Amino acid sequence: MDSTLLVIQILNGLQLGVLLFLLAAGLTLVFGIMDFINLAHGSFYMVGAFFCATLTLWFDSFLLGLLLALPLTLAVGVVVELLVVRHLYQEDHLQQILATFGLILVADTLVHIIWGPEGLTFALPEVLNGQVTVLPGIRFPIYRILIISVGLLIAAGLYWVVARTRIGMLIRAGASNRRMVGALGVDIRYLFTLVFGAGAVMAGLAGLMIAPITEASIGMGNEILIVAFVVIVIGGIGSIKGAFLGALLVGLIDTLGRSFLDGMLKLVLSNQAAETSAPAISAMLIYILMAAILYFRPQGLFPPKGR
Amino acid sequence: MRQLVQKPPGRYWLVFAAVLVLLLAPAAIAYLDQPFYLDVLMRLMILAIAASSLNLILGYSGMISLGHSVYIGIGAYAVGIPAYYDQYNGLLQLALALGGAGLFALVTGLICLRTRGAYFIMITLAFAQMMYFTFVSIEEYGGDDGLVIYARSDFAGLYDLENNVRLYYLVLGCLLLTLLLVHRIVNSHFGMVIRGAKSNDRRMQAVGFPTFRYRLTCYVISGMICGLAGWLMGNFTGFISPEMMDWTRSGELIAMVILGGPGSLFGPAIGAAVFILMETVLAEVTIYWHLYLGLLLILVAKFGRGGLGGLFQRNRGTP
Amino acid sequence: MNAPLLEVSTLSRNFGGIAAASEVSLELARGEVHAIIGPNGAGKTTLVSLLAGELRADSGAIRFRGETITNMPVHARAQRGLARTFQITSIFPEFSALENVAMAIQAHAGHSFRFWRPVTQNAILQQGALNALEQVGLAGIPERNAGEMSHGEHRLLEMAMALATQPALLLLDEPAAGLGPEETTAMVAILRGLRQDKGILLVEHDMDVVFAIADRITVMVSGRTIATGSPEEIREDENVRKAYLGDGVDEGA
Repeated sequence: MDSTLLVIQILNGLQLGVLLFLLAAGLTLVFGIMDFINLAHGSFYMVGAFFCATLTLWFDSFLLGLLLALPLTLAVGVVVELLVVRHLYQEDHLQQILATFGLILVADTLVHIIWGPEGLTFALPEVLNGQVTVLPGIRFPIYRILIISVGLLIAAGLYWVVARTRIGMLIRAGASNRRMVGALGVDIRYLFTLVFGAGAVMAGLAGLMIAPITEASIGMGNEILIVAFVVIVIGGIGSIKGAFLGALLVGLIDTLGRSFLDGMLKLVLSNQAAETSAPAISAMLIYILMAAILYFRPQGLFPPKGR
Repeated sequence: MRQLVQKPPGRYWLVFAAVLVLLLAPAAIAYLDQPFYLDVLMRLMILAIAASSLNLILGYSGMISLGHSVYIGIGAYAVGIPAYYDQYNGLLQLALALGGAGLFALVTGLICLRTRGAYFIMITLAFAQMMYFTFVSIEEYGGDDGLVIYARSDFAGLYDLENNVRLYYLVLGCLLLTLLLVHRIVNSHFGMVIRGAKSNDRRMQAVGFPTFRYRLTCYVISGMICGLAGWLMGNFTGFISPEMMDWTRSGELIAMVILGGPGSLFGPAIGAAVFILMETVLAEVTIYWHLYLGLLLILVAKFGRGGLGGLFQRNRGTP
Repeated sequence: MNAPLLEVSTLSRNFGGIAAASEVSLELARGEVHAIIGPNGAGKTTLVSLLAGELRADSGAIRFRGETITNMPVHARAQRGLARTFQITSIFPEFSALENVAMAIQAHAGHSFRFWRPVTQNAILQQGALNALEQVGLAGIPERNAGEMSHGEHRLLEMAMALATQPALLLLDEPAAGLGPEETTAMVAILRGLRQDKGILLVEHDMDVVFAIADRITVMVSGRTIATGSPEEIREDENVRKAYLGDGVDEGA
């Protein structure tokens, strides 16, 4: 196996992992605390990307676009929480699925109306376009390093908030025992709005960071959302630690599987058989991983206690 | 001795009228020379079969599967892949559709059914998405772009599906068969067990039912019925692609079931009708019709418990 | 005497280092009512769950009708004649009283992989269910939706569900909890009527009920059994007085 390629693919896997974490963190918190299944979480990923794309093109500055897109995404998240989501906490999962599926249709159509059917692309500023040497002889795009660093920083920050602050204490209490938070005399509605909004911003950040590499397009969040679901199921729904480890695991396995599986299969299969089966098997890898983990731990790796 | 009163399955005359309309529709459509509406009705009925199969697990057994459209895909590929190798034998394709769907349901069900609640929802979703990406990655069968099926299933020339009206009556027959089957199943000994497990699984085990195997069986039956819908869909559209099993398709099936009323016999069919009607009418008016559909779903989730199927059936949930 | 109906030996179960049941041993013969008493948190419900199979023991063994059932799943134990009621009512609220009981009978009438004939046409289930409802005095309301019945009726319905399967052993987790005086009297009468051909393991806080029908009493405190004996012996037992009865007989309820 080519070790240069291996290092690069590990970095690519990390990048996918942190993006997945940014999506999964909001999902898992919202589910853990509010018992709410949000199929429309990927819409924030899309909305963040579109805001950033438009603003970047407008001001001709990625930094400005990014800094303005985040509060806008937060605003969208809060509005959605106040208008729709808040009224569904008491409903059962089936109604939540129906409503948030409806939300996806609304979000995708609104983006279609505002931005048109085509995706938006925009270029990175020059400084971010280069490559750096990460190890002797191995160069990797600066921007992707930046994505990984931002993701890790946010993971660390989130961990600090959840483990060390009063809000984090409430979040942890909420995840293991919902009624207790109400009993602590906290106005639980603010906490819910806050957590939902924070989840929306993290999803939006993931979307806008990936947009310069791919593009901002309608429905871009719907596919990666499913992978984020896989992540939180593996990690244990409601657990930030589980979401982080699950995201890195899924990101790495998916990326490495796609690039190295056919090489490994060639050791045991004929060249042609390996080349035809490798793409299909690598597409299935993370789901097989999920199935295997759930077979032994139906509640994921880090199930929240006391439920 | 006192007997349990057999509960009325619904308003017979409405059902009778609906069947009559569907039986006569091809003649009327031919008379009006609007073949487009034959296609609309066929699509509606195929989706009604799929939604009814989902209702069997979602409405009657409380298993919220968010990956049910995968069985439509499996059924459709059971037409498309043999056709790709010039194999049009209808019985073979049908057997592949039912067998493939049943096998997938069995294998994934063994894992899914160990979990509960949100985990179950997300895992069914993930397994369906796995099949989606698998077919996307198989270049041989068209990958993303799918495959065109050049001829419909062949039954040794006995029943020619190339004739659209014949296909229509086959679809109608399958729909009626599905409804009859679901009706008999939910009222049978088996139906009692799956409904009981939905109501109180712990209690079911305490009185001595190994509920897992009953729920798994139900899951497999549901998958196979949906595989039948997929087989019809493949024949109907003459085209297959992974998009048929995309998870948003599963979301639409759930929407149909809830629109119609989960746990009612005719609810899913009604939901499918509403869905297709909206699609047909609204899409004429605006390309943004998904916006209105989305808003409707949000409102139904909040206010429309029980859906529209309650109109057609008393005693919802206990048929 | 023959081998006992139920034989529990040194059964233990920990929850995160706390012993909910610690080396519990007891025996129960056919025709015997064996009551388990003890203050809240003594591990009585844990014991019932271990016996019913909802919890697995960390160590120890359970023998039922001469067969080791320690690691058997819930439904298999039920199939072998072990029926239970729950401390918190557990019924099928969407179904009628008759259907609730018929469900229990169906579980013992062979497999239910029967997909076509309506269950309502099965006269054996219907008649058996009616008989069981009659035994507990609910025969007048077989069509009533179980979800709409009163608490007292729920307790009786659960009893009917347990009886309908003609079990060899009944595990009753506080059958009289929340019942009024008249309902309690009725429940005691029902339990008395059952004792000839079955074994009953009774967890109960109401000491009047316990002393009215128990043949043998085991006292549990903090997961351990501290005494076993006839009601008279338990009444006289110094340890029991100290640990439990001393601070007021009805305290635990």
